[in-house]
Amino acid sequence: MAELAAVVGIGQTKYQTKHKTVSIAGLVRDAALKALQDAELTWDDIDAVIVGKAPDMFEGMIMPELYLTDALGCNGKPMLRVHTAGSVGGSTAIVAASYVQSGMFKRILTVTYEKQSESNAMWALSNAQPFSVHLNAGAGGFFAPIIREYMRRTNAPSDAGIKVAVKDRLHGARNPLAHLQLPNITMKEVEDSPMLWEPLRFLESCPSSDGACALVISNEELAKQSPKKPAWIRGTAMRSEPTMYAGREEVSPQAGIDCAKDVYAQAGITNPRKDLDCAEVYVPFSWYEPMWLENLGFAEKGEGWKLTMEGATSLDENGDIPWNCSGGVLSSNPIGASGMIRFAEAARQVRGDAGDHQVDGAKLALGHAYGGGAQFFAMWVVGSEKA
Amino acid sequence: MRDIAIVSFVQSDCVRDAGALNEVELIMPVIRKVLDNVGIQSAQDVDFTCSGSCDYLQGAAFAFVLGVDALGAVPPIKESHVEMDAAWALYEAVLKIRMGQADSALLYGFGKSSPGELPIVLSQQLDPYYLSPLWLDTVSSAALQARAMLDNGDITEADMAEVVARSRKNAKSNPHAQLKGDVSVDELLAEPTYLSPLRMHDCCPISDGASAMVIATVEKAKEWGKPYAVLKGIDHRIESHHFGARDLTKSVSTEIAAKAAGVANGPVEVAELYAPFSHQEIILKKALGLGDDTVINPSGGVLAGNQMMASGLSRVGEVANRIIKGEIKRGVAHATSGHALQQNLVAVLEGE
Repeated sequence: MAELAAVVGIGQTKYQTKHKTVSIAGLVRDAALKALQDAELTWDDIDAVIVGKAPDMFEGMIMPELYLTDALGCNGKPMLRVHTAGSVGGSTAIVAASYVQSGMFKRILTVTYEKQSESNAMWALSNAQPFSVHLNAGAGGFFAPIIREYMRRTNAPSDAGIKVAVKDRLHGARNPLAHLQLPNITMKEVEDSPMLWEPLRFLESCPSSDGACALVISNEELAKQSPKKPAWIRGTAMRSEPTMYAGREEVSPQAGIDCAKDVYAQAGITNPRKDLDCAEVYVPFSWYEPMWLENLGFAEKGEGWKLTMEGATSLDENGDIPWNCSGGVLSSNPIGASGMIRFAEAARQVRGDAGDHQVDGAKLALGHAYGGGAQFFAMWVVGSEKA
Repeated sequence: MRDIAIVSFVQSDCVRDAGALNEVELIMPVIRKVLDNVGIQSAQDVDFTCSGSCDYLQGAAFAFVLGVDALGAVPPIKESHVEMDAAWALYEAVLKIRMGQADSALLYGFGKSSPGELPIVLSQQLDPYYLSPLWLDTVSSAALQARAMLDNGDITEADMAEVVARSRKNAKSNPHAQLKGDVSVDELLAEPTYLSPLRMHDCCPISDGASAMVIATVEKAKEWGKPYAVLKGIDHRIESHHFGARDLTKSVSTEIAAKAAGVANGPVEVAELYAPFSHQEIILKKALGLGDDTVINPSGGVLAGNQMMASGLSRVGEVANRIIKGEIKRGVAHATSGHALQQNLVAVLEGE
């Protein structure tokens, strides 16, 4: 029933600790212009703009889309602002796609960003609220106990997280846009890095990045006229569950399982490890790779770590299902954009346009994002073919 | 394109300070009522849920997360959120239904503005480098706009007072209104100015509260067997952020949205406009091309009570409820975001 839609332009800034020479508007515009250039389009070709970012408190700007409209050529056009949790980059791509899939728009621009150097994420995530337990922990402290429970249940070897940390940084070294460039990283180096939140070490955690990511999404007719190969959107899904409730399965949340099932059904995927050529999955802390391998159905329950340890997810070890070839969130984390970067990198793979981190002949790829206390999920599947 | 039915709308009373009630406690009663009206049990009985709220009202990142807790999202639901008025959550749900991923949706907006100083808080909506360091609040930017209109000869202060007097009078029949009563233009003009040329009554009050809506395809609404209003058109537009680059006496974005939504395709019996300041109703009336035969803000509008993040959705709901009750056949609703009407949404509703 939905109109076909495809990604026809992708723009990303370099991800780095500080973009000192641009304002927030300049950063966002840079990604948007790159996406337009990639699609060989101009501002006039865009019917609407969808901005994604969360939360406003990071940079201390309320509803930044109001300020960004001038930089994004949106005056006189529809502007929508998506704000889910850490999944926001993915949710934004999905909402943006619905502009076209609904048949109401022909071609739209969507942009997400974070300028962490002008923000204070740890503060914004940890301010005290009346009548609530004060969790002065940030994200790493929140997820560490859940990871320990995963390790307890599965008897995973203690270095599975270290292996992911090395693998994703080696992937990131192939991607010139990635924030962390660590081509010589070793297991020993990760192991020796300071312990932050047991069992997560410094080098098993994502960096704090500035950056923006933009996509141009068009309908079938315009996608066919596009100069570069389109990435066809084969399925989109979102799921939410409460932060806490009696019996909540925090290691493998039901919302993630349901979301994956939904998006696989739309894309005709029955065996994700076999049917997909690669995946860009939101892994901000190393251990979330084995955990999501199980949650997303790439591995049997309790066996996600085995895929990681045998190199199945590694481009360098010729794994059969490479995860996060771009380096993933462990290599670049402009929070508001991180989800969209996963979606964009999945699209780059099926367009055959992923440079040194290209998976040969990739035809079908998953983009994944999660947020909050791992209770918000957004996923899409993109393909080199329409169906 | 699939026609969309507005089946149920509920809002809480506008109150200056909801006291110890938290956001979840503001949301839950309206969600319960809006679902009961449809005859469904829970958020799992619709295909999609979307909300609008603002973290800065609560003073916490990801304030909407607690809102989700009010839904009982077990098993998990398809859910999204806009950091905008919930009228834009309605827009997102319309896209979802039109693309065929949902046949029904639950929408809600909520705001507890009382703990903070709302006009000052909203100064942080402005350009972070050049404008927000000036702490220009929303009342001040509206005052600049009103002054430009007065200087232009577009309006008089009596015109502004007339808008307020009518709002207070209309609000007498609205059980949710915060400010209501009979007051004459002369009495209003005798009041001192608050932030020249605005008097206190030219500014909307600050209110706590929430509102919620259920929409569906017309087929689904018929299946539910409930009366409904049809959303015939909906569009939203934004214009430049920079006051100096805009003609503040007009609303170009509203004009474009009105055209795209098809306001002029039939008579407009009622218009509910999100005009937080009296002079803005006059700007909007002109931008929407409304004549004197249109009844504007029969609920009293937001001058009678302004639940931030819900008021725009409530404008749509007010018109829908009048259509559902059979009082009118066609009406227009409007929502706004940002300083001095920077961003605007227009919806056209009709009976079957």
